[in-house]
Amino acid sequence: MPAALPTSVADALALLAKGRYVADRSLATAIYLSLSLKRPLFLEGEAGTGKTEVAKVLAERLGRKLIRLQCYEGLDVASAVYEWNYPRQMIEIRLAETGQESKETVEEEIFSEQFLIKRPLLQALEPDLAGPPVLLIDELDRTDEPFEAFLLEVLSDYQVSIPELGTIKAAEPPVVVITSNRTREIHDALKRRCFYYWIDYPDATRELDILKLKAPGAPAELSRQVVAFVQKLRAAGDLFKLPGIAETIDWAHALSQLDVLALTPEAINDTLGVLLKYQDDIAKIQGSEAERLLAQVKAELAAAQ
Amino acid sequence: MDGVAPASAGGNLVANIMHFARVLRAAGLPDGPGKVLQAVEAVRAVGLESRADFYWALHAVLVNRRDQRLIFDQAFHVFWRNPKLLERMMALLLPELQVPGQEGAEMSRRLAEALRTGQGEAERPREEKVELDAAMTFSGRELLQMTDFEKMSNAEMDAAREAVKRLALALAERPTRRFAADPRGARIDMRATLRAQLRASGLIALKRKDRATRPPPLVVLCDISGSMSRYTRIFLHFLHAVINDRDRVHAFLFGTRLTNITRQLRTRDVDEALDKVATAVEDWSGGTRIGQCLAEFNRRWSRRVLGQGAVVLFISDGLDRDAGAGLAQEIERLHKSCSRLIWLNPLLRYEGFAPKSLGMKAILPHVDEFRPVHNLESLAAVVAALAENGPRRLSAAAAWPEMRKAG
Repeated sequence: MPAALPTSVADALALLAKGRYVADRSLATAIYLSLSLKRPLFLEGEAGTGKTEVAKVLAERLGRKLIRLQCYEGLDVASAVYEWNYPRQMIEIRLAETGQESKETVEEEIFSEQFLIKRPLLQALEPDLAGPPVLLIDELDRTDEPFEAFLLEVLSDYQVSIPELGTIKAAEPPVVVITSNRTREIHDALKRRCFYYWIDYPDATRELDILKLKAPGAPAELSRQVVAFVQKLRAAGDLFKLPGIAETIDWAHALSQLDVLALTPEAINDTLGVLLKYQDDIAKIQGSEAERLLAQVKAELAAAQ
Repeated sequence: MDGVAPASAGGNLVANIMHFARVLRAAGLPDGPGKVLQAVEAVRAVGLESRADFYWALHAVLVNRRDQRLIFDQAFHVFWRNPKLLERMMALLLPELQVPGQEGAEMSRRLAEALRTGQGEAERPREEKVELDAAMTFSGRELLQMTDFEKMSNAEMDAAREAVKRLALALAERPTRRFAADPRGARIDMRATLRAQLRASGLIALKRKDRATRPPPLVVLCDISGSMSRYTRIFLHFLHAVINDRDRVHAFLFGTRLTNITRQLRTRDVDEALDKVATAVEDWSGGTRIGQCLAEFNRRWSRRVLGQGAVVLFISDGLDRDAGAGLAQEIERLHKSCSRLIWLNPLLRYEGFAPKSLGMKAILPHVDEFRPVHNLESLAAVVAALAENGPRRLSAAAAWPEMRKAG
């Protein structure tokens, strides 16, 4: 079910909604721009705020192939762009030595496309029947500066050069989504070529919408309490790692799995590890603090009704 | 596309977007002419029906970092209500913005020195202010004051460059996950081998490679409270030299609050850099709240600067106004987030000094290396203190029987 590119911001918003992604209009604007002006989208934000999901939803809704390049320190051309198939090349050379082929022919043969192993970046430049693929460059902050510099070249011209083969250029540029957790600042030169968007934690209404979509099994009352409790934790701001949307969803799943119908201090204490991932944070919230926050949440929800 | 503005209005809009980008540029955002073209393109694409879409289209192009959002937001709301107003405001500000500290009233000491050379004048006696009384106390007040560093002399600059060159810093190079050609490497470089093979024939000569190494990132946290004030100048010179010598170095100063001075220190000229630092920091020679400052570092910065196996150099005398409250957890968190925590303590000028303060007791169990220094009058002494093989954590504590008894 390949779909056409959105023709307006509202269209982009509808596309995301169909992909079960609850987005702000601001995010939809950035996505729409990136799709219509064919420039990469640079998403930055804390872990668990749905950056990677954007690419997945886009690929699914547009019916394009999703090519994912997970970045890590020391990522190099051999694992990001291409690699020659050395064992096969060696065999080919040995076979050629027994035959009468000239050296030039051998060279041409072993450095041809059939000996080329294509890695994500090269795959993304290839034409695809469904249209140009969605290229997800995940957690770019984990690589080092040299790779960033290399990427700069790829993303500005959508081409890579392989010395033995020549330059390979994409007929149509892929849809590029770059994500970063900001464990390091990405150089301005790269950001300049992209549309930038900082994905923030959602407000209560949007988080509740997300929860309804992603954890439909959770009772309505519980969902409201979960969202209000998480919002309280984020507002206090004295935690080392604030819970993301992914944690909220996990927590709602965990609680409904345990047949909890409404939050109680015990239920919170038992499942806090799903929400908070640092022992210091858990120790800070567990017990009396959780009870206090829960009482506040309940009072506020009662007042709102 | 239906959203495109009519051509006549478009001309006006383009000019306005250009002015808007110039306003942002004056406010410090890196928005050059290329950005203006992109912004116009983006606005054409989303159309002009909705103010929100217009806002976010410009935002997607003109904002590059999270901390620029606030400036953009304010500028947007002022500018697009009445462009003239903001421009007039900027025009009023600009003369001041363009010439920061170039009045020429104060001649750089190096320049003055260069003019004097050949006259055989001996080095003037150091005029550094040393207040012995203040130095050993830690004030409870938060002193917000400016400071003025004596300019660096040419001889000092040379000495600094020399010293930093010798800086081993216990920062042994780390293997990375990248490979580099190495004739005695452990792995075979198939790519190089095959390419060489095409040129020669006969036996295949194996080319080798091995892991490339590079120094780890360095993060320096330096105490600038009253009790440390006599060393501040030396440490800033040290930081300036290190930051300009290698990449991946971040420097923070703390007293009662935490300030990131990495950008200021990147300035090539040391005096100019120190001037910038002096303006950026607001709590010179005040009290110390180590716990609170570390908490802020841990929350706001640690995930952004401590990646990739960073080494943390913690320079402080451990005298803490809050008497070590909350310090233990924060230094523990810091220790767990970095690959190596080195504590450089300049308080040990006096023989027989023992770490009795609560702050020091809280810090000591969580450092990997402890380097007490008795004499920190020069940069060379700092480098020497860092280069020598300091005692490891356990033996550092063992050197102080009193402390172990007490703790």
